[in-house]
Amino acid sequence: MIGLALKMLFGDTAKYLMLIAGLFLATFLIVQQVSVFCGLMRWTTSTLKNVGAPIWVVEERVEQVNETNALRDTDVARVRSVSEVAWAMPVFSGIQRVRMDDGSFKTIQLIGIDSASLAGAPTRILEGTLIDLRLPNAVIVDELAVERLSKGRPHPLTLGDTFEINDIEARVVGICEAKRSFTGGPYVWTTYERALQYTPPSRKMLSAVIAGPVEGVSVDEAAAAIEKATGLKAFVNRGFGENEKDFNTSTIWWYVRNTGIPVSFGTTVVIGLIVGIAIACQTFYAFVLDNLMHLGALKAMGTSSFRLSMMLIVQAFTVGFIGFGLGLAASSVFAAGAIERGQPPVYIPWILPVATFGVILAICSLAALLGIFRLSRFEPAMVFRA
Amino acid sequence: MATDSQPATNGIAVDVRGVNKSFGSGESRLHVLKDVSLQARTGEILMLVGPSGCGKTTLLSAIAGTMGVDSGEIDVLGNPLHRMRGGALTRFRAKNIGFIFQQFNLIPTITCAENVSVPLLIRGVSASAAKKKAREVLDAVGMGDRWKDRPGKLSGGQQQRIAIARALVHEPPLVICDEPTAALDAKNGEIVLDLFRQVARAAGRAVIIVTHDNRIFSYADRIARMDDGCIVDVHRTDPRETAHFEHEVPH
Repeated sequence: MIGLALKMLFGDTAKYLMLIAGLFLATFLIVQQVSVFCGLMRWTTSTLKNVGAPIWVVEERVEQVNETNALRDTDVARVRSVSEVAWAMPVFSGIQRVRMDDGSFKTIQLIGIDSASLAGAPTRILEGTLIDLRLPNAVIVDELAVERLSKGRPHPLTLGDTFEINDIEARVVGICEAKRSFTGGPYVWTTYERALQYTPPSRKMLSAVIAGPVEGVSVDEAAAAIEKATGLKAFVNRGFGENEKDFNTSTIWWYVRNTGIPVSFGTTVVIGLIVGIAIACQTFYAFVLDNLMHLGALKAMGTSSFRLSMMLIVQAFTVGFIGFGLGLAASSVFAAGAIERGQPPVYIPWILPVATFGVILAICSLAALLGIFRLSRFEPAMVFRA
Repeated sequence: MATDSQPATNGIAVDVRGVNKSFGSGESRLHVLKDVSLQARTGEILMLVGPSGCGKTTLLSAIAGTMGVDSGEIDVLGNPLHRMRGGALTRFRAKNIGFIFQQFNLIPTITCAENVSVPLLIRGVSASAAKKKAREVLDAVGMGDRWKDRPGKLSGGQQQRIAIARALVHEPPLVICDEPTAALDAKNGEIVLDLFRQVARAAGRAVIIVTHDNRIFSYADRIARMDDGCIVDVHRTDPRETAHFEHEVPH
């Protein structure tokens, strides 16, 4: 009877394709929009990934990593003085302007790190060497900088090339791999002291202090000790999760709460859901109505209501599986293209396809239930009433 | 209650005793079957005839076990249908009754062989075995060469023959037909009724036909005439009379 159910489904080509299209569209809209949203949220924490440190100490009112309420330079020493802290180094992080060879300007995310320890340096250098960062006017740029800052040059930006940051020369001594920033500008590393030279002066310029715990003390304990001793805010840097003391979590939630990004993406997701429900339920119900006399005849001939219900469930779930599969494949193609191009940001956490599959199954269950409800009200005797 | 073994019936396939059925309630209550009693014997074609709205289809539904009655008793093949409920009734229908509907109700998206195999699939027979049996029965009704076609490609008469094959494929002792010639022209109606006659005689089946097509009355062994919810007359047709179709529309 399952084979019969599938033949009935596949035989009605128009409705079958309409059901697939509805569920495909719902899957694609949900997965594509949520994955771009997740990608965008990941970009907001790129600095935390590019400047790797277990603890970030910031001014007490700071809620997210892209917000800078500068600290005093002496705060580095205050953090170092905490007995649970093994090391603490200054970090400068700010958006600066680069003058291109053709006279135009591009923004960059300038990162200044301690010249002695080079703590917070990029983890993967593709060309050049990290220690050259100690040379005069030296900077290390990421791959995006090579793409963006090459405009007007006879060849792509490479080692030894120079450009100007706020009218001060910067010489490329290394090219590294880095996560893209939320602001869209490439990452440029230099030493902390030189970063202050590149930046228009202000009274306080220290963006954050990065630190690590002494052996035997956990990151959380060290962060708590820093907060207690200095009154500054010390975030751990583990990755997005439920811990509000994690800078990634705090940053992402800040964007969720304070920007229209989730509403914008959420609206499209809801539209996808509504489209899926509307098309799938309406079309499947129409399919059941079209086949009501045949299903009624099966009922009269001795097919149990349970078996007929299973037939409808199999039909609904079959289009669900196919629609979901096609939608996920299309989303994956989109994601692959986006990753290849570098934008828009895309991140598909494992829970996204699983949750979307659950949503599609819920839509299919609803569609099947509508059909089952209609069929349950159809008395087999009605099949005799032509 | 229904069992898989058939109780002794003494040649009585269907025994309806004092059946009443009403629809609606209060002032709109409609008494459709009024103390109806009727018997159908194995090996005979019994026709239920009468004007529209007289209760023929309701009585047929009650005999088929697709509709309950308010009072009275219905024994089908020795099984008290009036006492059966739910799953037992469904299983009883699947095993013992072949259905032929006025509009055929063939599933348009599957082949004729697949349509015919449906009653066997309902009974849990494997698809391949069901299809094999279905093709045998299609051969028997003269439609063996059309087993691959979908019903939409066939004429009304051919579709009705497919429906007959579907009603017979699981070899039920009782065949229920609702207006089997209503959608057929005279020639096809004749072919179909000849088939019914073979079906009833050959396997000792009871065939109950609801009709108000007086062209086919002569194919009946007995005719039960209904009016206003009552059986007003049951009579045996003349066996010497040759069944024939008048080639013009009656009424």
